[in-house]
Amino acid sequence: MSGSTVQPMAGDSAQPTSATARAAVAALDVERLRQDFPALSLEVNGRPLAYLDNAASAHKPVAVLAAEERCYREYYSNVHRGVHTLSQRATEAYEAARRRAQRFLGAASEREIVFVRGSTEGINLVAQTLGRQRLGAGDEVLITAMEHHSNIVPWQMVCEQTGARLRVAPIDDRGQLELDEFHRRLSERTRIAAFVHVSNALGTVNPVAEMTRAARAAGAVVLVDGAQAAPHMPIDVTELGCDFYVFSSHKAFGPTGVGVLYGRLEHLEAMPPYQGGGEMIRSVTFERSQYAPPPFKFEAGTPNIAGAIGLAAALDYLGGIDAVAMARHERALLDYATEAVGQIPGVRLIGTAEQRAAVLSFVVDGVHAHDVGTVLDRDGIALRVGHHCAQPVMRRFGVPATARASFAFYNLRDEVDRLAAGILKVQQVFAG
Amino acid sequence: MSDLTDLYQEVILDHNKRPRNTGELPQANRTAEGHNPLCGDQLELYLVVAGDRIEQVSFRGQGCAISTASASLMTEAVKGRRLAEVEALFERFHELLTGDPATAGEAPRELGKLAVFAGVREFPIRVKCATLPWHTLKEALGNGSGIATTE
Repeated sequence: MSGSTVQPMAGDSAQPTSATARAAVAALDVERLRQDFPALSLEVNGRPLAYLDNAASAHKPVAVLAAEERCYREYYSNVHRGVHTLSQRATEAYEAARRRAQRFLGAASEREIVFVRGSTEGINLVAQTLGRQRLGAGDEVLITAMEHHSNIVPWQMVCEQTGARLRVAPIDDRGQLELDEFHRRLSERTRIAAFVHVSNALGTVNPVAEMTRAARAAGAVVLVDGAQAAPHMPIDVTELGCDFYVFSSHKAFGPTGVGVLYGRLEHLEAMPPYQGGGEMIRSVTFERSQYAPPPFKFEAGTPNIAGAIGLAAALDYLGGIDAVAMARHERALLDYATEAVGQIPGVRLIGTAEQRAAVLSFVVDGVHAHDVGTVLDRDGIALRVGHHCAQPVMRRFGVPATARASFAFYNLRDEVDRLAAGILKVQQVFAG
Repeated sequence: MSDLTDLYQEVILDHNKRPRNTGELPQANRTAEGHNPLCGDQLELYLVVAGDRIEQVSFRGQGCAISTASASLMTEAVKGRRLAEVEALFERFHELLTGDPATAGEAPRELGKLAVFAGVREFPIRVKCATLPWHTLKEALGNGSGIATTE
């Protein structure tokens, strides 16, 4: 230690070496954060729950539960249509939620934020409106080999309807996009490029900024599926430069049944409506209807009012956590898990990309993923087993299914230790 | 709470590791495929049926320990049996898996080795793993599409 004075921060005791002092201050107080999530203290099968299924859906902090309940108890009404006080208050809260989502995504205007049911609906919306408008015979939609079914099937459907062709950029043995191949498949025929920000089955983080630049330069409209990115990293659609970005509330610690579609205003204005009904019109006669401007044009029917308000509370909650500390904790947890699980003989990791987030997919030699899941569940460890709605990824790696542990900022090293011990138990049960 | 060893009985583990009657039967006169879309389990069943009797039976596919062992034990149980007996056996087997664990008594004697699946009823999510081979068998014997699925 040098002779210069190091001022320990408040609450920081003893050993005032500058490095450790800084680390201690910046570290995420995971135990305190866990107190905010009632479900994390559940017991399952007589053991404390180790919830490692966050990529499927994340738990909710009390702030989210309280915001939804407050909405229903204190100012609930339908939005946008009432002159009465409650309706105005509900509308204000719903529109404030839209502005919160706008801020979360770094969008230029709140008019670019469409509330949908989730990422899946957001992608379907774009495929069935802009897709049908933009695609014709001979045109191409480019996706990657690591997409969730929700970023494959909607494009297949619109390709069938329009005569366009779905093209797929391959991934390598580590689960990384083969970037050269992606570039090679871009041409003036590529009218739409749709790709995942973070892979749900492999954890791979794609170089989405570079991919977006290249695809847009080729003349494609770009949609980024951010379902697995939103809970883990700051997102800025303006910086990213994409045309569309989708994410789901429930994976980002918010309620189920709501999500966000960001779309560039110029597209949203030119796109036809997705569904017809109330809320999305300016005027209706039996001869014809005039549509409301975006985002309302795309929000037919009564929206998920309390859900959107709960999502805003979740984004506020996330915003209150130091992003750097959170990223560091999740990185350390993933590295620790990769080491602890990866070093077990007879265990193969599926997806070992250099840039990876929060997901550890693996297979245990000679044991089907469902049996792995059942044995771990007996120990209170919740993880996903199966194809993770990414059957082409499973096929690429020659496995019918994997077990997938997926982390959030509230997970602990101790839970990783229990996972590793659980896998040894799996091997014991199926030994011999 | 039930123990893991109730589910993963020795006999089940053994048949998972060394499944009996596997591979394609070239002389099969009845076949069917079974799928469990939830977990990707998949099997093909081959039968030689003569008159009202199953003379030969085999399977191949991939699945979890429960479905593999169930397919293996099923082939042993139905080989040489009359179709009516097989149907009755499936009914007993189904009752064994879906009966209320609280009131379930001893497994009926005619189930024989299949009684090792009694523990599955404590794990409702796994019942379909055990019944998939049987649904596939029913499909092979019936006039359906030839494809059984759990969903």
